[in-house]
Amino acid sequence: MYNFLAFIPLLPFLGFFILFLAGRYLSRTMIAIIGTGTISIAALLTIVLWIQYLQSPPPNGAYTQTLWHWFNTSSFSSTITLRLDSLSLTFVFVITFVGALIHLYSAAFMQHDRDYARFFASMNLFVCSMLILVLADNLLLLYLGWEGVGLCSYLLIGFWYETPANNRAANKAFYLTRIGDTAMAIGLFLIFQELGTLDIQQIAASAPMHFNIGSPTITAIALLLLAGGIGKSAQLPLQTWLPDAMAGPSPVSALIHAATMVTAGVYLIARMHIVFQLAPIAMNITAVIGALTLLVAGCSAMVQTDIKRILAYSTMSQIGYMFLALGVGAWGAAIFHFFTHAFFKALLFLAAGAIIETLHHEHNIFRMGGLRTRLPLVFWTFLAGAAALAALPFITSGFFSKDQILWYSLTANNGNPLLWLIALSGALITAFYTTRLILVVFWGEPKTHIGAPPNGLMTIPLLILAILSLTAGFIEWPHNMIHLTLFSNFVQNTLPATIVNETAIPEAIVQLIAILATLSGVYIGYLLYYRNLSIVERWKQSQGMESLRSFLLDGWRFDHFYNWLFVRPFLFLTSINKSDLFDQINKGIASGSRWMNQLISTTQNGSLRWYLAGVLFGILFILTLQLLL
Amino acid sequence: MPITAQAILIVAAILFILGLVGVLTRKNIIFILVSLEIMLNAAGMAFIAAGAKWGQPDGQIMFLFILAMAASEVSVGLALIMQAYHQHKTLDVDQLTALRDEPVTI
Repeated sequence: MYNFLAFIPLLPFLGFFILFLAGRYLSRTMIAIIGTGTISIAALLTIVLWIQYLQSPPPNGAYTQTLWHWFNTSSFSSTITLRLDSLSLTFVFVITFVGALIHLYSAAFMQHDRDYARFFASMNLFVCSMLILVLADNLLLLYLGWEGVGLCSYLLIGFWYETPANNRAANKAFYLTRIGDTAMAIGLFLIFQELGTLDIQQIAASAPMHFNIGSPTITAIALLLLAGGIGKSAQLPLQTWLPDAMAGPSPVSALIHAATMVTAGVYLIARMHIVFQLAPIAMNITAVIGALTLLVAGCSAMVQTDIKRILAYSTMSQIGYMFLALGVGAWGAAIFHFFTHAFFKALLFLAAGAIIETLHHEHNIFRMGGLRTRLPLVFWTFLAGAAALAALPFITSGFFSKDQILWYSLTANNGNPLLWLIALSGALITAFYTTRLILVVFWGEPKTHIGAPPNGLMTIPLLILAILSLTAGFIEWPHNMIHLTLFSNFVQNTLPATIVNETAIPEAIVQLIAILATLSGVYIGYLLYYRNLSIVERWKQSQGMESLRSFLLDGWRFDHFYNWLFVRPFLFLTSINKSDLFDQINKGIASGSRWMNQLISTTQNGSLRWYLAGVLFGILFILTLQLLL
Repeated sequence: MPITAQAILIVAAILFILGLVGVLTRKNIIFILVSLEIMLNAAGMAFIAAGAKWGQPDGQIMFLFILAMAASEVSVGLALIMQAYHQHKTLDVDQLTALRDEPVTI
């Protein structure tokens, strides 16, 4: 069965290829069947592979399949090799399975769109690129998938390209991730220069012997790879593209946020954990970046009014948790949070898309209201996703994964109480803005007329994802409660186990504090947006609160800051250099040719005597030359 | 005293230049046609002189061709001139510009 591995990325590519070439000649049903079908078959194959992997794991826990040699030069050769181990299997499962559900949903959601085929072609290519990224055996192939993901995000964020703002958002995402990509490329060059290979297994084998722990080169490599991850995963300071990326259709947001693009950075760091373990400074920076991002993004999510922007900031903050976990060395916990987050964030985006569509493209949560009884199915599924996001204890998957990260941020080798405090306040903030979102959207007075409720194709994915959001966490319990650690056992043959320091604080107390933080966040949300609305009204009167609110609404004014720091000086330089020397050379050639053309065209005047004189002078000239020479 | 080929060629050259100057300077189209005839005759004279010098008939035959061509040219040319005069009431070549291209400007 392992031989079928190559079909997993191949099937989405096939779907893309057919839709790209023949999309305009196919009927809508056919397009939906090809687009969704290829991903669904890939998802089924993945599940079969997973069962096989659990029943009879390949030797050393990894199966590799070399498809062909890409190129071979004197000192460097690259192959197209897929590698399936527990880490890539987890990612492949989430990408294909969640991807298939999102495709199924899109088949109904995009039904009335003009570019149905283009949408599915881009989505299939997106899934294919991400699969290549996670299955790649060497960093060059990984980089191919990495750039493919960037390209597809550009195509899909700017999908409705007739609105200039959407193009700006697509460009912004492209440029900002490009900064990270460039850093990552330099990191790859450095790895090749030092180790002479880009094969991940060879790097893992030779890096510990080649480098001392904390040597400047390995730290530089780790930081450059981290920069790549920051760009793709929208962490500080390259995070500003993500809220604007909401310009794309809702299924695109779900795919970018849950299964593909933003998790690429998490995957890269987990995959290159050996490099990071050799560079403790880079690990600390990763943890600090994650902690800061989860706080910054969480604060912004508290005041947003656009439902999709709330979810975008919440993704940023949840990815911040994953970076924090990676930074403190809790590799398994980061991947577990990725696993649960994929389900509930995909669910939240798809449900938000259904709400927006039903309310005739209304994005503002304060103009929704009272949807609890009018869209009951969307309400219950959204509630499941929101509960998982807020990490309500014991009944949601988000609790189990977030609790692990909180515990390790305090006790893991790199963890410290400050990181734990930040993560804890992040948990409170998350619970608060999730409660606010639920109360404002689903309770209160109805404010907008609703259209047709979502149909079956849209509700099936919502239901499946809702069940998974609640139950996916049960495969891994905190150590002190039930000894069931299926997930960490599963990933531990790829990722190292987390080293835990001895602490005086028992785990149960930490868990209790985390649960209290979550519940108090929910309570604050309930207090401010349900029981006592006057408090928020009073805050709106106050000048200080209002300016703080607009500061957070703008995402801590990062855009203004970058505009002032980079864009303005760059525009200034270009305006100085408007008429530069090299343009003058080109312009000179052009105007010289024009001048010659005019001169020669005046000699053609149709007068016999003029031509005859020309001939005569020509003869005289030749004769004179002959006489003289 | 026999007439040398060189002398005949000099006369032919003088005739040719006279005809050329006529073509270059005259404005009246009939005079241009006449000047062209003079140039053709100058060329014919040079052919005859060459034929006589080398005792070959080629020069004479060439002159016959030139003569035939000149005759047909004059007949066609005069007919065209008649028509042009009929249409435009002038024989000045500088005014007969109806067929000229517009000057090309970019």
